[in-house]
Order: sequence, then structure tokens, then C-alpha cells
Amino acid sequence: MSLKKTPLHAAHQRAGAKLVDFAGWEMPLHYGSQMEEHKMVRAGAGMFDVSHMQVVDIHGPQAQAFLRYLLANDVAKLKTEGRALYSCMLNEAGGVIDDLIIYWTGGDSYRAVVNAATAEGDIAHMQQVAKDFEVNVEPRPEFALIAIQGPQAVQKTLPLLPEDLRKADDLKPFSAVWNDFWFVARTGYTGEDGFEVMLPAEQADGFWEQLKDAGVNPIGLGARDTLRLEAGMNLYGTDMDDRTNPLTANLGWTIALKDAERDFIGRKAIEQWKAEGVPERMVGLVLEGRGVLRGGTRIETPAGDGVVTSGSFSPSLGVSVAFARIPAAVDAEELQADIRGRMLPVRVVKPVFVRNGEPQIELNR
Amino acid sequence: MSEAPKDLKYTKSHEWVRQEADGSVTIGITDHAQELLGDLVFVEAPEAGASVEAGSACATVESVKAASDVYAPLSGEVTEANEELADSPEKVNESPFDEGWLFKMKPSDASQLDALMDADAYAAHVEAES
Repeated sequence: MSLKKTPLHAAHQRAGAKLVDFAGWEMPLHYGSQMEEHKMVRAGAGMFDVSHMQVVDIHGPQAQAFLRYLLANDVAKLKTEGRALYSCMLNEAGGVIDDLIIYWTGGDSYRAVVNAATAEGDIAHMQQVAKDFEVNVEPRPEFALIAIQGPQAVQKTLPLLPEDLRKADDLKPFSAVWNDFWFVARTGYTGEDGFEVMLPAEQADGFWEQLKDAGVNPIGLGARDTLRLEAGMNLYGTDMDDRTNPLTANLGWTIALKDAERDFIGRKAIEQWKAEGVPERMVGLVLEGRGVLRGGTRIETPAGDGVVTSGSFSPSLGVSVAFARIPAAVDAEELQADIRGRMLPVRVVKPVFVRNGEPQIELNR
Repeated sequence: MSEAPKDLKYTKSHEWVRQEADGSVTIGITDHAQELLGDLVFVEAPEAGASVEAGSACATVESVKAASDVYAPLSGEVTEANEELADSPEKVNESPFDEGWLFKMKPSDASQLDALMDADAYAAHVEAES
């Protein structure tokens, strides 16, 4: 089967990208050096083609009721037009079908952005659930998506936006402005300030080149992964999937149980887990020795083995960092990681390593 | 296309070998290998005095992406490791055939060199693998 291409495919080829298969899409892994790209985002501005992600519009008189049932977070928290929230979409067993961002676009309209790998299943699930509501679930594949991230991202992007959207300057995090064609949100997946821009596919190449001329560097999926890991953000399919109890994946904060009247898919399972006690929890790990924690690395604890779900060398910190799922009972500050047969000490920390260019953990060296 | 100097010998596992005037050899990983690995973050070379067997894993190069073994192209005794790489592993990316060398050794049987590939054979091997 041939790989799908985003509207920016030609731009990636022009820039000499190393292209790889990502969830059926031919996407840039890097444009030369993943490490350099990572640092450019922390220090200046970088842009990511995220057009493989899917925009889904939800509208209709029962849109809010539908989303309050579909999602584990509560869209009733969205009180201002353009505000967004992060949510999991759970199955009845409480497993995570996907994680997504949902915007309230005013009245009875919402917009979701879902992951590429899960998009097809997500839309089928949404449409199935929608049958019981007066609501339309409409995929919008005609958009290109570009994320511009880094301390200089906003200032470099603003002058290139359509004039009526330059008010994006005043956007608070997790908010968006839009016109009939473009949608600009102050969101991202790097722990830095920036925008995620949806625009008509045919304008994507031109906008990309303008950004490049303004000094915004193209960044591949490789750096996207190390940036989000440092920022303490989960990756669907790696840190959680449809068999994962979200309470063991550091996602408890996204599940809104406050309104006891609100039924949502997966609520019963979550409440049962809460009552029984959760067997595992997700922590951050730092390895200051010579080695790199990777997905699947075994972690030895006094209460049994844990496992790394996401791990890498951290370009910002110069050491390896990871998320790991370990037995909930463990309260040791130091554990042992099985690095290719050698046991190396790792330190347990909060799973947030770098935000806005600043280290969030202390290093011992 | 990655570079492969004509005066070196190559292995299927992407090491290169340079024969020095004093009978020792210098060993590193090829441009193609560093390109596949991406940015290196750690290099663990064998220590001077270690004896290695041809084909055995004797060093590790680890990139942001993955850890990979380096195999001894020849049997013999390690005489020197490139200590610069402890602080600057990126030299392997920037200069795989020169500043990014991994270690030097004294081969116990110099005729093992003849079994290695020349630059053209290596280029064909890379082509066939991709």
C-alpha cells in the first residue's frame, strides 16, 4: 500500500528530509540532525508538519450533550468561545481509544483534533455514539496543520497570519481564533510557547516557505518525540492505548468525575479502579550514567518490575529521561534500570523534565 | 549517497579499517552507519590492552534513536581508544573516517584484512541493503 502524503510533502523533499512511514503517512523524521532541530525549538522557533492529524467538526443541537458522554474530560468547562481542553476518549472498559484536543467554536459547534494512527477508528466510534444524539460528526481532511513552536514562534508567525487573525497575539494557552479558512490555536506538543495553525491545504506550501524565510526551522518527528517527552506529554500508542487504565498513565487529571450526574463512556470502570486502588503509576526517571532508557527497558523496584513506556536521551539536559510505569506501592527515590543487561541506577522524578526552555529537574553533576 | 574512501577496508556490519604504516589498524564506523544511527550521544570503545576476536561485539555506539554494537573486524589487541569521543560523540557524525575513529588495534593475523571488502564492494553492499 502506498503511503499517504501531506500537502507539505514536496516541501519536505526540497528540504532534504529523511522520510519515514508514520501511521501510514510518509513523514519527515529529520532534516539532517534531530538533535539540532530539538535545540532550535528550545532556543528559537521550529515548525512541524502535523497535517496527518485529523480535524473533526462536531455540531448540532446536542453537540455538548454528545461530547459530555463521549469524552472523559468535561466540555462544560469550556465557558469562553475558542477555549480548548485536552481529553481522553475511553472505551466502556476504561481503556484509552485516543487522546485529543477539543475546542468550543461557539454555539453548538466544537472542533476536535485526533491522532493520525487512530483517526479512522476514532471517527467510526464517534459516528456510532452520535447515532443517539442530534449531532453531526464531520471529518475535515481538507486542512493542512502546521505547529510553530519555540520562544520566538509567536513573534515570527504573527506577521504571516491573515490580518484578521493577528489578534492571536493575545491568545491565552489552549485558546484559538479563526476566520472562514484559517484556525490559529495557542497549543502545542513541545512545552514551548507557539501556535498550531490549520489552513487550506493549497496554502500550506506557501505559508511553510514564508515561515522558513522568517527563520523558522523545519523540525521532524524525531525531535517532536524528544521535545514532548521532555515536556512530560504522553504519546498515544506508546504511553497508553485502548488497554491502558488512564489512571496508571498520569492521565487522572484529565478525567472529570466532579459532576456525579454526568455519565460518560468508561466512567464505571474508572470509578471502580478508583475504589479498588490503582496497581501502577507513571513516574519520570532520570539516568545520569552512560546509557539511554528506551521504551521497553525493564525497571527493577522493591515491589516488582516496572517498564519504561517512553525513553530517550534528552538533548536539552544531556542525560537520559523516561516515563515508566511502576508498581504503585514503590516509594523509593532510586531504582535500577536494565540497560542491555547492565543494572544502572535511575532517579524517580515528576514526569516533567523541561518547560519553556528551563530544566524542571535537578541534575547531580 | 554516503562517502566511502578508497583506501579503507570495510565490513558488512559497517565498520571501516585503515591499515597504518606501523602495522596497526584504526577502526571506526562508516558514514552510512552514522547516517542510519543519527546523532550519537554515547560511545563506548574497548580499553587499551583488551584482546578482541574478529566478529565479536567490542564497542557500543548509542544515538538518540538506538544503541548499536560495533564488531571487531579483526582479531588482536586494542592499543588505543579515541578518548575525545567520551565528551564529543558527535565527532563520529561529523567526521566518521577521520576525527571520529573509535579505536586502534594490533592485528594478530594481518591476513584477515584480505577478507574484508574494498570501497566498491562496500558501496554495492550498502546499495543491496537499502
